Amino acid sequence: MKALMFGWEFPPHILGGLGTASFGLTKGMVENGDLDITFVIPKPWGDEPKDFAQIIGANTTPVAWRDVDWDHVQSRIGHVMDPQLYYNLRDHIYGDFNYMNTNDLGCIEFSGRYPDNLLEEINNYSVVAGVIARTVDFDVIHSHDWLTYPAGIHAKQVTGKPFVIHVHATDFDRSRGNVNPTVFAIEKDGMNHADHIITVSDLTRRTVIEKYGISPDKVTTVHNAVEPLSQELLDVTVPPKHEKVVTFLGRITMQKGPEYFVEAAAQVLQKVHNVQFVMAGGGDMMEKMIRLAARRGISERFHFAGFLKGKEVYEMLKASDVYIMPSVSEPFGISPLEAMQMGVPSIISKQSGCAEILDNVIKVDYWDINAMADAIYSIITYPAMYNELREHGLKEVDGIRWVKAGKKVIDIYKSLMH
Amino acid sequence: MTAICFYFQIHQPNRLKNYRFFDIGNDHYYYDDFANDDIITRIAHRSYLPANEMLLDIIKEHGKKFKVAFSISGVALEQLEQYVPEFIDSMKELAATGCVEFLSETYAHSLASLEDPEEFIAQVKAHDEKIYQLFGLKPKVFRNTELIYSDDIAAMVQSMGFKGAITDGAKHILGWKSPNYLYNAASAPKLKLLLKNSKLSDDISFRFSNPEWESYPLTADKYMDWIAALPQEEQLVNLFMNYETFGELQPQSSGIFEFMKALPRFAADRNIQFWSPSEVISKLKPVSELNVPTPISWADEARDTSAWLGNMLQQEAVKKLYSIGERVRLCQDKRIKLDWNYLQASDHFFYMSTKHSSDGNVHSHYSPYGSPYTAFTNYMNVLSDFMIRVEAQYPAEIDNEELNALLLTIKNQEKEIQALNREVELMRNNIVKDLTGDFVEEEKAEEKKPVKKACKKAPAKKAEPKAAKKAPAKKAAAKKKTTK
Repeated sequence: MKALMFGWEFPPHILGGLGTASFGLTKGMVENGDLDITFVIPKPWGDEPKDFAQIIGANTTPVAWRDVDWDHVQSRIGHVMDPQLYYNLRDHIYGDFNYMNTNDLGCIEFSGRYPDNLLEEINNYSVVAGVIARTVDFDVIHSHDWLTYPAGIHAKQVTGKPFVIHVHATDFDRSRGNVNPTVFAIEKDGMNHADHIITVSDLTRRTVIEKYGISPDKVTTVHNAVEPLSQELLDVTVPPKHEKVVTFLGRITMQKGPEYFVEAAAQVLQKVHNVQFVMAGGGDMMEKMIRLAARRGISERFHFAGFLKGKEVYEMLKASDVYIMPSVSEPFGISPLEAMQMGVPSIISKQSGCAEILDNVIKVDYWDINAMADAIYSIITYPAMYNELREHGLKEVDGIRWVKAGKKVIDIYKSLMH
Repeated sequence: MTAICFYFQIHQPNRLKNYRFFDIGNDHYYYDDFANDDIITRIAHRSYLPANEMLLDIIKEHGKKFKVAFSISGVALEQLEQYVPEFIDSMKELAATGCVEFLSETYAHSLASLEDPEEFIAQVKAHDEKIYQLFGLKPKVFRNTELIYSDDIAAMVQSMGFKGAITDGAKHILGWKSPNYLYNAASAPKLKLLLKNSKLSDDISFRFSNPEWESYPLTADKYMDWIAALPQEEQLVNLFMNYETFGELQPQSSGIFEFMKALPRFAADRNIQFWSPSEVISKLKPVSELNVPTPISWADEARDTSAWLGNMLQQEAVKKLYSIGERVRLCQDKRIKLDWNYLQASDHFFYMSTKHSSDGNVHSHYSPYGSPYTAFTNYMNVLSDFMIRVEAQYPAEIDNEELNALLLTIKNQEKEIQALNREVELMRNNIVKDLTGDFVEEEKAEEKKPVKKACKKAPAKKAEPKAAKKAPAKKAAAKKKTTK
């Protein structure tokens, strides 16, 4: 079976959870065998892992004919793509896109990020998708998140192949209800065209059904999973510490509920003193949180670690005694699973998708500061609590594998093809 | 098949209120009175009271031919006395019929038998006293919390003078043997064992109203046929269950009460009798010894103690609790004694189980908490406060050995005082005799009075030095603390 996937991010150049999830799922699906995946992203860097999928960059796919020789193509884009593929794609240009802003190879430039002209980039991406869909051989189309829905729709219209969309988040999660009408329209259009919708949690599934008015029988939940961590990451060393550390890791935005963490910290610090609180990440609410911590008089125990990347994340986790994710609305939330892999007891909000599949974590309502403080206190005070959560958490997260999620997606493909 | 032995368990724990870490050291009241009242009242009205009515009806009809046994934990009795006093009256009425036997158990429905032998013995005594006080009957057969049993426990139970004990017919213990015989304990050969017939007991308590069960609907006629069809040489069927089976686990609408009422008639048709555990022990001879090196119980699939001690949370909580056992037994404070009982109820640890699948469902069904971790946190917060209170009376700095030494001194001194008192009394009597000897014999009538006076005085004096001696001992303890 062959699948054509449209995504926006792919490791190692990732901006959020979308890239990690797309990659994990791709790998898990391929491990099930008998599946070839072509993965389209806006802008590959050349260092993406290619063992599980053939990667095509939208920015190296020509939409306008240019008479270029092999050597030129090789020197320009050889590091990300086989020149032969360029010529194959060039043979399938389906319209005159010279009016668009194309370069010497007839390709459109992409930032591959989330720029201000995002809507334009999404549109360009779907233009490119038309060329790819005409070139590549595949049985099913799979779009990851709303940015790539228009591309998927285009591919479906060109080929008539079954179309699956993967909802990693909806605008209701990102905006606490104040949806952007343009984004909503793109999401809704994708859902209407899709032959099947995969959501990352039952929470998201309900949103899709209730807020977007989609028939429940075409929406299936496939929970995310995690890749086992490499030994190198598991073995990161941190300087010895003398105090307990409670950590929040993530964007400091409304969606992640950072203010509830600060309030819970203030409660715990009234009773216990040998504990440090860390908020790692950046975001639009960071300054507000710094002010809030100061107003509560806990600044000397409440630290802002800034944005962490790569290995730093695992060092931070290694140094932590408690991980907390008080998200107001989290479609899935992969980070508590990573904390568990590092052996850190986790507290998560009941409003997180991952709460549906995790048993050995503490679940609280995101607004329930008291319960959150109680849980933090308990983990740092009672060693049995820490050990039980740590050991059972490790065991539990070890069983949450992408290969199982991949199997479910393949089953959905099969049901669409027969 | 000759006989059926019915035994019902009644127990309700004192559920804890939401106790936050801020409360530690500040709030010394731990219970969710509203929930406790609500639950026990509901269950009593749905189950205990109508079931008592049912038993009374049966006994009225069949007289002494019908026998049942009860074990009611002390903590449940306290709650029933407080919230549903009419149940106690109804139970007294049942007790007066002579068809009901009360079994002995730990007052707090605790795990003391596994953790703290001294506490275990004290609790069994306290429980038996409570039963005698309320119902005027002295328990002769022992049943431990949730049928927990092992060779070690058997030895303790026998040493307390019980002739028999009740436990589960766990498959991993019995092997090919049948639970339908009387056994005796390998470690305490005089202690006879009645084993639960799980299949037939659970048919009533868990499967009775399940329409997916192949034997649904279960009628008294059919049920008695099963029992009568058991091999002739098998002696008895032990049907042990929660009293909540009637009306709560199996709702009244399922016809469970009518089923029970019909049982004696169909039993009589087949010449099957009802015996109480004591009767069983006096009428039957044990067929074989039973070795139980590791504790068994009637809980969960595993039929061991993993329902309460299966994970680190549970082990830690139980260990912490019993680490202060000796100290609590020294305390005189009534509230501490009361809390000590309530905190020992095995239910608190049952709620902390992290088991999954069908066992997990049973645990979470009974648990007032959302998760085992919340159960642990709440309990440990309460226990922390309790330990602070106990420590305030007996500082942790003095280790148990030292405390024991001091206690021994006190005990010895007490004995010494008693001995001296006796001597004083004797000497006084002698003096009186000497005095009376000197006087004329006609005054003998008057002589008795002063003797009595002297006798009465002695115990009063006895109490005084006891108290006086204790105080310095405590002071000594306090002094030691300051010197350290």
